[in-house]
Amino acid sequence: MRNPQLNAHGELQHLLTIEGLPREVIVHILDTAGSFVGITERDVKKVPILRGKSVFNLFFENSTRTRTTFEIAAKRLSADVINLNINTSSAAKGESLLDTIDNLSAMHADMFVVRHASSGAPHLIARHVEAHPHLHVVNAGDGRHAHPTQGLLDLYTLRHYKQDFTRLSVAVVGDVLHSRVARSLIHGLTTMGTPDVRVIGPKTLLPEGVEKLGVRVFNDMNEGLRGCDAIVMLRLQNERMKGPLLPSAQEFFKSYGLTAEKLALAKPDAIVMHPGPMNRGVEIDSAVADGPRSVILPQVTFGIAVRMAVMAILAGQ
Amino acid sequence: MQLPDAEQLCTSLVSQLRAQVTPDTAIVGIVTGGAWLAERLHRELGLKTPMGTLDVSFYRDDLGKSGLKKQVLPSQVPFEVEGRPLLLVDDVLYTGRTIRAAMNELFDYGRPARIDLAVLVDRGGRELPIAAQFCGARLDVPAGKVLVLERDEAAGGKLVLQLSAQRRKPSSAKGSGK
Repeated sequence: MRNPQLNAHGELQHLLTIEGLPREVIVHILDTAGSFVGITERDVKKVPILRGKSVFNLFFENSTRTRTTFEIAAKRLSADVINLNINTSSAAKGESLLDTIDNLSAMHADMFVVRHASSGAPHLIARHVEAHPHLHVVNAGDGRHAHPTQGLLDLYTLRHYKQDFTRLSVAVVGDVLHSRVARSLIHGLTTMGTPDVRVIGPKTLLPEGVEKLGVRVFNDMNEGLRGCDAIVMLRLQNERMKGPLLPSAQEFFKSYGLTAEKLALAKPDAIVMHPGPMNRGVEIDSAVADGPRSVILPQVTFGIAVRMAVMAILAGQ
Repeated sequence: MQLPDAEQLCTSLVSQLRAQVTPDTAIVGIVTGGAWLAERLHRELGLKTPMGTLDVSFYRDDLGKSGLKKQVLPSQVPFEVEGRPLLLVDDVLYTGRTIRAAMNELFDYGRPARIDLAVLVDRGGRELPIAAQFCGARLDVPAGKVLVLERDEAAGGKLVLQLSAQRRKPSSAKGSGK
């Protein structure tokens, strides 16, 4: 079966997941993002490449940061941006979702940026709009499944600071079970040939069979951090926790919070990443989050350039 | 067909430009061929202002047709554009669309005092009201053929004009309408 995100020529038609994305497509996105970083530092932070195109931000699940960065990215490409925050509490989501899409398609949308609590919703939309080849779908996070632009901006950040993926040791720490960020990053890292990807967390917060993704699994954070080049902390997703997976946030911090002492176990030049928003004192200590090894704010800046790159490439297909 | 010697055209351009540039003039080359030429002109003319390079991919008018090329380079404009005389440099002037894109991009950095255009070869076929003030040679190239500048690194960076049968894919070329 054809990869649903690629067109017949193997070019990117939608961005739904990093899983299965060819290496050269990822490299193209990262390289293009590199050129957009310079534009965001100019006086006029805008290029005309998406002029006259309409980008619809469809957020069926709240997210201020991701929505804002997509909005800024689209505006810097000169697109018209329409933000729709759609409450999902209504019944019959499947029906109403595709009805919404049909209505927006009739308004001559060019791109849908979709955030949805259900895994696979962006796929469903992409399949639904197959008859309109000018329409592109970008997954801005679906359920526990994928968050490809976050994964790509993490890859961009790693490449910016560490250059060569094939020499890297990257540790992903925390609530991997609920994390679409972790899944997207792990697929990206393995596609880019990263030899050592580690996941660190309590058994209750690691998905069963996670080692099949090609990662090494650690339940002891001290052991897992030893000698790594980059640490990616995940947010403890309180709102997703069902049942007693953890004793308490304090307990979690003791075992899996990133402190200066734990950071000292990684390589001396190791960088600290976090997709945000951070829970200070839960998964990361303030001293580390604001410390010299933290690249958490550069991640946000790169995130805009990466989203610009994705939208520019899609619009060119 | 017989192509002119790019090195000779380059020398001719330098002599045309020598009397025209001011201490303020900044030179900007369009990647890839125009940037090589700009590099050469910048050196030979001994300009003090650091040279700039533009990759106009984000300003092109044919994104929908040709897509975004694989390697978009960051544009470098390491000087204040506002109020400055600019010398825009490209290897081959054809439809004028690349120059239009380049001017639009330059104006996003500021309002230049003036922009002059220097090209190695003007092959005619303009689709826009754009002209080069400085030109190495005029050349009739059959439509459908692509004229580009190459740099022979093995021969110390010697510039050579090349004619190819058809437009290269945007993935490998500068994606211009030359």
